[in-house]
Amino acid sequence: MDWLIEFPELGRRDMRDFRKGIDQGFKDFTRTYGEDIELFFDPLLQFLIWLEKLLLATPWPLFIFVVAALAWFASRSLKVVVGTGVSLFLIGFLGMWEDTMSTVSIIVVCTMLCIGLGLPIGILMSRSDRAQAIVTPVLDVMQTIPSFVYLIPVVMLLGIGKVPGLISVVIYAIPPMIRLTNLGIRLVDKEVLEAADAFGASPWQKLVQVQIPLALPNIFAGVNQTIMMSLAMVVIASMIGVTGLGQPVLKAISNQYLAMGLLNGLAIVALAIIFDRISQSYGKRLQTYRGGQGE
Amino acid sequence: MSDSETKIEIKHLYKIFGDDPETMLQRVRDGVSKDELNEQHNHVLGLSDINLKMPAKGIQVVMGLSGSGKSTLIRHINRLIEPTSGEVWIDGQNVLEMDEKTLLEFRRHRASMVFQKFALLPHRTVMENTIYGLEIQGMGEKEAEKRATYWIERVGLAGYEENYPGQLSGGMQQRVGLARALATDADILLMDEAFSALDPLIRTDMQNILLDLQQELHKTIVFITHDLEEALRIGDQIAVLRDGEVVQQGTPQQIVLKPKDDYIADFTKDINRGRVIQLKTIMNTPNDKPGPELSGEMLVEDAAQLVTESPSSQARVTDDAGVVVGVVGINDLIRAMARPDIESRLEEL
Repeated sequence: MDWLIEFPELGRRDMRDFRKGIDQGFKDFTRTYGEDIELFFDPLLQFLIWLEKLLLATPWPLFIFVVAALAWFASRSLKVVVGTGVSLFLIGFLGMWEDTMSTVSIIVVCTMLCIGLGLPIGILMSRSDRAQAIVTPVLDVMQTIPSFVYLIPVVMLLGIGKVPGLISVVIYAIPPMIRLTNLGIRLVDKEVLEAADAFGASPWQKLVQVQIPLALPNIFAGVNQTIMMSLAMVVIASMIGVTGLGQPVLKAISNQYLAMGLLNGLAIVALAIIFDRISQSYGKRLQTYRGGQGE
Repeated sequence: MSDSETKIEIKHLYKIFGDDPETMLQRVRDGVSKDELNEQHNHVLGLSDINLKMPAKGIQVVMGLSGSGKSTLIRHINRLIEPTSGEVWIDGQNVLEMDEKTLLEFRRHRASMVFQKFALLPHRTVMENTIYGLEIQGMGEKEAEKRATYWIERVGLAGYEENYPGQLSGGMQQRVGLARALATDADILLMDEAFSALDPLIRTDMQNILLDLQQELHKTIVFITHDLEEALRIGDQIAVLRDGEVVQQGTPQQIVLKPKDDYIADFTKDINRGRVIQLKTIMNTPNDKPGPELSGEMLVEDAAQLVTESPSSQARVTDDAGVVVGVVGINDLIRAMARPDIESRLEEL
């Protein structure tokens, strides 16, 4: 009855060959295409570097002013504006300005990528049940697989640096953008869509004039989630060479610098809250029309 | 009714809901009933052999209770629902055979629609909702807003242009729906239980607005309702639908005076007949007695007061040219207004 106790596992040698096969295959792939792929992502890298330089070259009062103005435009709330200004000032005062700028730049680029890719994918999913059936499990994997696991192939392919970091952040942060775009469009009132049909709207007109505008609150919730998740990923991405607030945190872990870890961690929290309040209150203001007197 | 007056003609229209409508269609043609189809084959017979001619420039009412297929029927006219079989002819074109592009053009320019639950775009203001159809047509913004302003005023919403639908009452929202439909300048107006969701008073209000507008616009209106009072009030022609079939078709008077079967008789018995029946329908051959001269199209209810005040207790009925063609006495009026079941009960006494 040994076969009941012992699991019928692959022999040790077979297993090693199996793993080696995969590793070798991927290495060959990397050798053949790695350079082309790197070249493909080069414009992204240039943009990221340009943005980081721009932010660093911006006088700090101007940066704080611009972000505070954005906060005002989005939320029309003095509390949010003052909170934003004060926390940004404290971050700079405690010596984390440069790291914060690189983190902000990577978050901005990442969010732009997530919207640029996630919106069309979400729209595609909403229009075809088959697309939804294919994309959903992929998103499930992206959201549950430990992020360290996909750092490995990304690093093998592109080495250590900003671009692989950016890619891993995007993989981690894009699912809510796609899901909520899909959901938002699918939730659009069927009667309103029927009215659009009755007036002879083409599929494109329906999408642009009816579906996307009515899905905007959900899409904005997706953008908000994406920003929050990419901030959470910043620390892990710093392991593969992403500069910013993540690196001091990593250093603090390995050297047991409590204060350093805490301060940088809190700076990430402050950024998260600023981004969250701005994007959320903007999303809410987009749907003021819903706050009518009801029926 | 002659062919020249027909705007929309529906021929042998069938709609069967289910997995295999084609096969079921044959069964229905072979005489399988709606219940049988539902219980044994799990298909729903939505419409069965509908044949209707709808008058141009008139209001065709399609009346029926819920589940009778009336909403399905109206959605075939602009093909929001694909038929299982049949034809819908409008101006010499079969809507059900149009290609994608022609159909879009047809919906944009020739038939507009008003919905039971308004179906306004909640993220757009009254003005932006009203220009919606024009925007789809590709009209310039200035011209569209000019036209929309006119229609918003006509439905009595001037001053509300910048409000969102969520800020308006149901009646006002439906006025926006009406303005949106009228703005496209389509000569066919499809109204799917357009006033059913409104309070009785507001509903009467909206009916008046519609009738007033129709007096000058002369559109071909297809009006769906489950309310017989409403049907009789606004319909030039009424088709009564039951279980996906047309039970009776005719003018309001024909429906009330000559119900085709018990089902319709049951419907009509509580109706205020004085508001439906015209003098020319009940008049007798002319005699020499004096009396006020009334138009043959006057309703019994309106004539009652005048005839009561006439010393001879009768009125002389004239045709369109003003020639006296008959007389009605006070007894004729009372008999016309009486409920049919009272009449039969009197006979029993």
